[in-house]
Amino acid sequence: MAKRIDVSGLSAYYGNHRAIEDISMTVEPRSVTAFIGPSGCGKSTFLRTLNRMHEVTPGGRVEGKVMLDDENLYGPGVDPVAVRRTVGMVFQRPNPFPTMSIYDNVAAGLRLNGTARRKSELDGIVEKSLKGANLWNEVKDRLNKPGAGLSGGQQQRLCIARAIAVEPQVLLMDEPCSALDPISTLAIEDLIGQLKERFTIVIVTHNMQQAARVSDRTAFFNLAGVGQPGRLIEIDETQRIFSNPSVQATEDYISGRFG
Amino acid sequence: MDIVSTSGEHPPPSRQPAATRLGDRVFLGLSRGSGILLLVIMAAIAVFLTVRAIHAISLDHSNFFTTYEWNASLNPPSFGIAVLAYGTLVSSLIAMLIAVPISVGIALFITHYAPRRLASPLAYLVDLLAAVPSIVYGLWGGLYLVPHLQGLNLWLNDYLSWTGVFHKSDPNSAARSLFTVGILLAIMIVPIITNVTREVFRQVPKAHEEAALALGATRWEVVRMSVLPFARSGIISASMLGLGRALGETMAVATVLSASPVLTQRLLDPVGGTFAQNIAAKFAEADNFGRDALIASGLVLFVITLLVNGAARLIIARRREYSGAAL
Repeated sequence: MAKRIDVSGLSAYYGNHRAIEDISMTVEPRSVTAFIGPSGCGKSTFLRTLNRMHEVTPGGRVEGKVMLDDENLYGPGVDPVAVRRTVGMVFQRPNPFPTMSIYDNVAAGLRLNGTARRKSELDGIVEKSLKGANLWNEVKDRLNKPGAGLSGGQQQRLCIARAIAVEPQVLLMDEPCSALDPISTLAIEDLIGQLKERFTIVIVTHNMQQAARVSDRTAFFNLAGVGQPGRLIEIDETQRIFSNPSVQATEDYISGRFG
Repeated sequence: MDIVSTSGEHPPPSRQPAATRLGDRVFLGLSRGSGILLLVIMAAIAVFLTVRAIHAISLDHSNFFTTYEWNASLNPPSFGIAVLAYGTLVSSLIAMLIAVPISVGIALFITHYAPRRLASPLAYLVDLLAAVPSIVYGLWGGLYLVPHLQGLNLWLNDYLSWTGVFHKSDPNSAARSLFTVGILLAIMIVPIITNVTREVFRQVPKAHEEAALALGATRWEVVRMSVLPFARSGIISASMLGLGRALGETMAVATVLSASPVLTQRLLDPVGGTFAQNIAAKFAEADNFGRDALIASGLVLFVITLLVNGAARLIIARRREYSGAAL
């Protein structure tokens, strides 16, 4: 189910601008890895290279290697579409398909090319995914209502249900709680704790308490100055990063001395 | 509180209207005036058409809605709109069937498929096409399209005449048929539909497209899952704009169609007529009463256009809760 991510020598560009430089790290399966760092340090860009979403941006390109177990995501002949089916993503703002019902939103990924299923099977997966996203009890009586009618926190859990319905190996989350209130945030954080038993989870967050609460390992990103590419400063056990980091810049950032 | 008290002895303006500044008042007046002006113009057109039309219809000796011929200058006058209504609706329907899929395709290509180097010149070209006057389309249609469509007409007659629709009574007659008119109208309305749809496609939120992409959707699946549903009401509005132009188009029809008061399902026969074409052809020679009669036909066209637009709005409103407008 969950796979290990092994990144080596990865740089990402927007046109001629290098956004992140020479990043190497390993993300353990069945664990939560948090990316923290000041704005513009490239943590979201790096996240988007892990499911080949970066190259969707005009001018976006990537150098380096991302191994998912023993498959290079940027190897020749690798189809980005297939990569994105294996590596799911949840975005900063909840983005359910506005024209679809709750049910259809969850089933959307399952209905894509060549994955047609029988209705009964689909029903089962939708229910399982909504339960997996802790949303089932709130929506089971209105599966045919539009997904956009839910509250922000419910919409974000709907997006998580949609992402896990296709059984990805890895789940990427790009600041999934930044548009949510504290109670919805708590619900998502609880959910992340449950999901890590099945998936490899990578989460970008601006909230250091959140990183401390949900993650097993934390990576700190920084940039030397405006216009400079972002770099990985260090990655370690979360507990260690927040108590006794090995790099001074990390300690400065954690303790609020900059950023 | 401090901000309020600057106005001196005035009581706290809890229910005070907002427009107390000069600029606000001027702008309010301007926008309200424009709104009222629009209603006045609409009402003036409707009243003018209705009054003159009722006068003409009351003196019509035959049934205004079922009569084929248009003989307003006879004594007693006898005229009807059956052929005109049929011709207008059929030619516009043909135009829509051809133009809407092509326009959506071009707009999708420009916004989602074409490399950027190609997309902007292409968009510019479509803009140019939309600005070509209809008389130019008409001349081109009458002089170039008609002879060049003869082959297509004969081919349709050979292979599809069993449908009854694509049957050409006299294979030697020119392709001055409602079918040709429909094709020309389609060419004329493709640019306008393309323009509006393109703008709608551009406004599809990135978040929706990325949602589909992140699920492992191919480019076409992204279009199907997020672009088309979001743009649906916009596509309908754009089509209605095009349909409005097709329904009222005059010169292009007049230069192509060989008009005669025959109502047939055989779309390849060089017969028929449309409201606008009939008015343009007869207006110059008509006396006062003849003009009133033509105005009556114009009123029917006006009503048809209103009905079509109303229907489109109903379609758009029906699934409003799914429209995504809330996001």
